[in-house]
Amino acid sequence: MKRSGHSKLTKRWLSSLCSLAASCALSVTAMAAEVNTTGLAVTDTTVKVGILHSVTGTMAISETGSVQAEKLAIEQINAMGGVLGRKIEFIQEDGASDWPTFAEKSRKLLVNDKVAAVFGCWTSASRKAVLPIFEQYNGMLYYPTFYEGLEQSPNVIYTGQEATQQIIAGIDWVVKNKDAKTFYLLGSDYIWPRTSNKIARKHIEKLGLKVVGEEYYPLGHTQFNSVINKIKLRKPDVIYAIVVGGSNVAFYKQLKAAGIDMTKESPLVLTISVTEDEILGIGGENMVGAYAAMKYFQSLPNANNEAFVKAFKERWGNDIVIGDVTQAAYLGPWLWKAAVEKAGSFDIDKVRAASPGIELTTAPEGYVKVHENHHLWSKTRIGHAQADGQYKVVYETEELIEPDPFPAGYQ
Amino acid sequence: MFAEYSSSELMSIFAMQGFAGLILFSVFVLMALGLAIIFGQMGVINMAHGEFMILGAYITYLVSNLFSQHFPELFSYYFFIAMILAFFATALLGALVEWGMIRFLYHRPLDTLLATWGLSLILQQIYRSVFGAREVGVTLPDWLMGSYQLSETIEIPVNGLFVMSLAIAISLAVAVLMYRSRWGIQVRAVVQNRPMAGAVGINTAKVDRMTFALGCGIAGIAGSAFTMIGSTGPTSGQLYIVDTFLVVVFGGATSLLGTIASAFGISQAQSTMEFFISGSMAKVLTLLFVVMVLMIRPQGLFNLKVRR
Repeated sequence: MKRSGHSKLTKRWLSSLCSLAASCALSVTAMAAEVNTTGLAVTDTTVKVGILHSVTGTMAISETGSVQAEKLAIEQINAMGGVLGRKIEFIQEDGASDWPTFAEKSRKLLVNDKVAAVFGCWTSASRKAVLPIFEQYNGMLYYPTFYEGLEQSPNVIYTGQEATQQIIAGIDWVVKNKDAKTFYLLGSDYIWPRTSNKIARKHIEKLGLKVVGEEYYPLGHTQFNSVINKIKLRKPDVIYAIVVGGSNVAFYKQLKAAGIDMTKESPLVLTISVTEDEILGIGGENMVGAYAAMKYFQSLPNANNEAFVKAFKERWGNDIVIGDVTQAAYLGPWLWKAAVEKAGSFDIDKVRAASPGIELTTAPEGYVKVHENHHLWSKTRIGHAQADGQYKVVYETEELIEPDPFPAGYQ
Repeated sequence: MFAEYSSSELMSIFAMQGFAGLILFSVFVLMALGLAIIFGQMGVINMAHGEFMILGAYITYLVSNLFSQHFPELFSYYFFIAMILAFFATALLGALVEWGMIRFLYHRPLDTLLATWGLSLILQQIYRSVFGAREVGVTLPDWLMGSYQLSETIEIPVNGLFVMSLAIAISLAVAVLMYRSRWGIQVRAVVQNRPMAGAVGINTAKVDRMTFALGCGIAGIAGSAFTMIGSTGPTSGQLYIVDTFLVVVFGGATSLLGTIASAFGISQAQSTMEFFISGSMAKVLTLLFVVMVLMIRPQGLFNLKVRR
């Protein structure tokens, strides 16, 4: 008898405890619902985001840095207390340098995992592959690579430069400061180099100057002797090179072996495709003297960048170098955090509405602001390659350049 | 197409392009010789050939690091040691692969294709785990990076000359080995009639292993040489494999002479076309030409008569 009475008491106790817990949970879900009315993977303590890059296949070489930057940003944000009081958890998927895989993994992240944002992609091909999926399921992608422009999606924030921001300032600089009159355009044979060179050619011709040659080689091409011979014959003032990936190693080694000393600047080499990452493979001694037009270099002298480089090396090792895209990838989680906090919600539509006008004063590249066209205002800088594999910043535009993904007269 | 150049310019264009073609030819020979030995003599389609090359390249990278850290005064000469080490390391790996995998797959060429393709993926992943996904920079001794200036427009890169002499030396060594040595006779005997060769007392299993190891070893030397002109990363081997198969198939798979002739034809055609039309178009036209020739002569340019 005594025993059953005791158990009754326990039961009552338990049930009241349960109802208390239930009411608590109810109010918590109500709280979560306010910041998340669309069923994203948000609890009252955590929020899930996706990281979607190639960590296998040919693009792994480039995308590894982006993954590291995004993870670092997420860790730093978590250490500061997270976003709207929630710790960020990430789900990493491997696009495997294969565009259909990118599409499939992005669908998985958006539909199954219900992530609140995705940081990822590198090549234009992978971005184009995931774009319809982000638009269909209303996801938010933070895309870090400098790219050819001619695109603007409500579901993508472009944290790298579009073509006009990178190209025009660079050409203006060599024309003004190096008295360049003739250009030889060279690139790998796919959309980004071709579109970039088209804009470059338009701009060069608009300035009344001359393009003396334009040439494309298949991705992965390793024999540049013929084009180097042509360059020697045509004697351009500037070799404007948009060779990508491993081909760069072949190109610069063969340029040097053929007796073109880039430190003499005749011809001068201006590139928009060789970051510090690529120099690791090319070798600083083969790259010394070249110029690159980008928005970010690891050697950028400002307090934000020094803190970023220090944190990055502490997290990922001292030997690592940081290129333009790596920095742009680092901006992604911070821009998302700022937009979520401005919106007071994780809902994609509210985050999107809050995004234009978001500023980061703590960005390693200095200051960035999101334009209404979802690209960033940014400066263009010219780096001069040094023998140690780093760029020395020799010039930067005074003003932030307004992003213009659909430049009139350049298409 | 020619009108925009003066006649003296055209002269130097053809001289320079001819030389660029010779360098490309040497590169093709180095890439294809190992593959041709393995495919031609053993009927094994080695899809991992590119990865064997990259092993040679990584060994060169390791040796260059070792020398720059511990023996900086000998750095100028490290390249020769690196090439020898690359040869033995890849040959050893080749022998191991033959013992562990290939020998179970003779007479099943399509299965060797699949198995070695799997092997290439495994090797790529191993390189990625050991050396990282990024490309590594191989520092070259200064004397390899210079060039000789013949005239105002004609300049000859030293590393091009180096690759050429290497290609000649290795082709000669292989020729002597195949056609003048006892072992070469055994290899050719096994190719022509395996049961008969076995019956007259040739250890065919051993011959197979040595042949495979030799082919891989040459790939290692090629990879080591290519650090001068190309990139070294886990997937760099893939860049070479298509061209390599192109050369071997076009030349007629069983003939080493055919490999050399086809490397010469393809490289000169491509290099001359590259000058006057774009690089991508030159590649397309070369491929079209090869396909057309193969439609007329499916066995390739040169072919050994083999009893089937």
